Amino acid sequence: MRRVVITGQGTINALGQDVPTTLEAFREGRCGISDLELRDVDRLSVRIGGQVKGYNPEDLFNRQQIALYDRFTQFTLIATRQALDGCGLNFSGELATRTGVVFGTAGGGVNTWDENYRSVYEEGKNRVHPFVVPKLMNNAAASHVSMEYNLKGPSFSVATACASSNHAMGQAFNLIRCGMADVMVTGGSEAMLSFGGIKAWEGLRVMSKDACRPFSANRNGMVQGEGAAVFLFEEYDHARARGAEILAEVVGFAMTSDAADIVMPSQQGAARAITAALTDGKLSPEEVCYINAHGTGTAANDKVECAAVAHAFGHHADDLMISSTKSMHGHLIGGTGAVELLACIMALRDGIVAPTIGYEEPDPECALDVVPNEAREAKVDACLSNAFAFGGLNAVLALRAAP
Amino acid sequence: MGDSVQDKVIAIIAEQAVLEPSDVSMDQTLDDLGIDSLGLVESIFAIEEAFDIQVPFNANEPEASEFDISSVAAIVAAVKKLVAEQKV
Repeated sequence: MRRVVITGQGTINALGQDVPTTLEAFREGRCGISDLELRDVDRLSVRIGGQVKGYNPEDLFNRQQIALYDRFTQFTLIATRQALDGCGLNFSGELATRTGVVFGTAGGGVNTWDENYRSVYEEGKNRVHPFVVPKLMNNAAASHVSMEYNLKGPSFSVATACASSNHAMGQAFNLIRCGMADVMVTGGSEAMLSFGGIKAWEGLRVMSKDACRPFSANRNGMVQGEGAAVFLFEEYDHARARGAEILAEVVGFAMTSDAADIVMPSQQGAARAITAALTDGKLSPEEVCYINAHGTGTAANDKVECAAVAHAFGHHADDLMISSTKSMHGHLIGGTGAVELLACIMALRDGIVAPTIGYEEPDPECALDVVPNEAREAKVDACLSNAFAFGGLNAVLALRAAP
Repeated sequence: MGDSVQDKVIAIIAEQAVLEPSDVSMDQTLDDLGIDSLGLVESIFAIEEAFDIQVPFNANEPEASEFDISSVAAIVAAVKKLVAEQKV
C-alpha cells in the first residue's frame, strides 16, 4: 500500500493568521476566544466566540474576488496559499491531473445565506446579487482552490457536521493510498459566526456564555470558532524523490456511525472508530502518546469521549495525553479537525503537546491526563485526532512522526 | 380564574410525550413521561414562546440550572415564577 505524508500546512483561525502564530499560541496556552463583533450581537444570548479579528479581506482579495468568495472560501484560500506557496510543486501536465482537493465544511457560505436572507426578508428587497449561489455552495472553496492552482484530479467537499474535516482528510489520504491521486490539498473551513449561525446554535442550549473548558468538572458548553486549515498530502515516494520536507506521516483512518441518536454521542461508536484507526495504521495502542480530543466542553461529549478512549486503550489510557485545543480556538464545526491537526503535527514534530486550557476542576468522569492549562514537552511518535459529529458520524485519523 | 399557566405547561409537556393532557399528572418526572434531553429542550422552547419569557436553562447542566425540572409540578411552579418576574 502506498504511504502518505504531509508536506505543507497553512491556517487562519482565532489564534493567528498563519501556522507559526497558531503554534506559538498552542505552546503558550493562549485563548483566542473573545467578545463577538458582529451585527445585532445584542440580540444574541451567546456573545463570545473564536472569531478571526484584525482581518480585512480587501487587503488580500480584489473586489471581483470578494463578490465570489464567502468568508469560508476566503479562509480556505488564505490557508492554501500558506500550504502551497513555496512547496516546490509545479501543477501542470500529469501532476495537475494527479492532484485533487477535498475540504470539509459543515455550513459552507453561511454568511452569504445570512446576508441575503436578511436582504430579501428583513429589508424586503426583491433582487439579490447574481453570485449568491456560487458563493454559498459548500464546494465553492474546493472549486476555487482547484481553479487557482490548476488542480484537475478528484475534488469535492465533505459535510459531516463537526467531523467534516476529518472525513475530508481521510478521503484525501485514501485517494492517495489507493492510487487515485498522488497529491491532495485537504483540510477544512468554517465561517458560521454570523447572527443566524450563532442563533441556530443558541437554540440547542449547549453553548457556554463564558468559556470553553473541556474535561473540567465546571464546564458548561461549547464555544464556536471560525477559520480554516489546509494541508498538502503527498504520496511518500513522490515527496522523497523531490526532497520535500516531510512534516508527518498519515498512517491510518477510520469512520464509524453510531446509528443511534441525532445529537447524543455514543461511547461504542467512538471507541470503534478509535480502534479501527489504530488497526488501519498498524499501530499498537501503546505506541500512541497523544490524542487530540474532540473535547467540545459539553457534558455529553467529554465524558463519552473519555470513556471511549479508556475502553479502546485499556490500561494505556492512563499513560497517554489527551487535550482539547477547542479551549483555545473554539469549535470550528466543519473546519475543526483541520485546525486540530496542526496540534498533532506540532506534537510529532516539535515534541510539544498543546494543552487543554480553562481547566479548573477535575471531573471523575474524565479522569485522563488532559494536559491541563500548560503545554508539555514529550516525545510523541504517534498520535490520533478524534472527531465525533452530530448525527453519530465518527472519524479518527492516525499519524506518525515523519519517517 | 382557572390555572391557565398550569394548563398550558401541561399541554406542552403532553404534546412532547405524545399523551393527552389528562394523562399527565403533576407528580410525574420527565423520565416517567419518556421525555429525553431533546424533548426537554423543545419543551423549554415551546414554554418560552407560549409565555414570552426567558427560561434560564443550559442543556449541559440541567441539574445546575435555576429552572427546576424535577417534576411537572416543579416546572409549572418555575414557569409561574418566571411569568411573574418577567411580566412587563
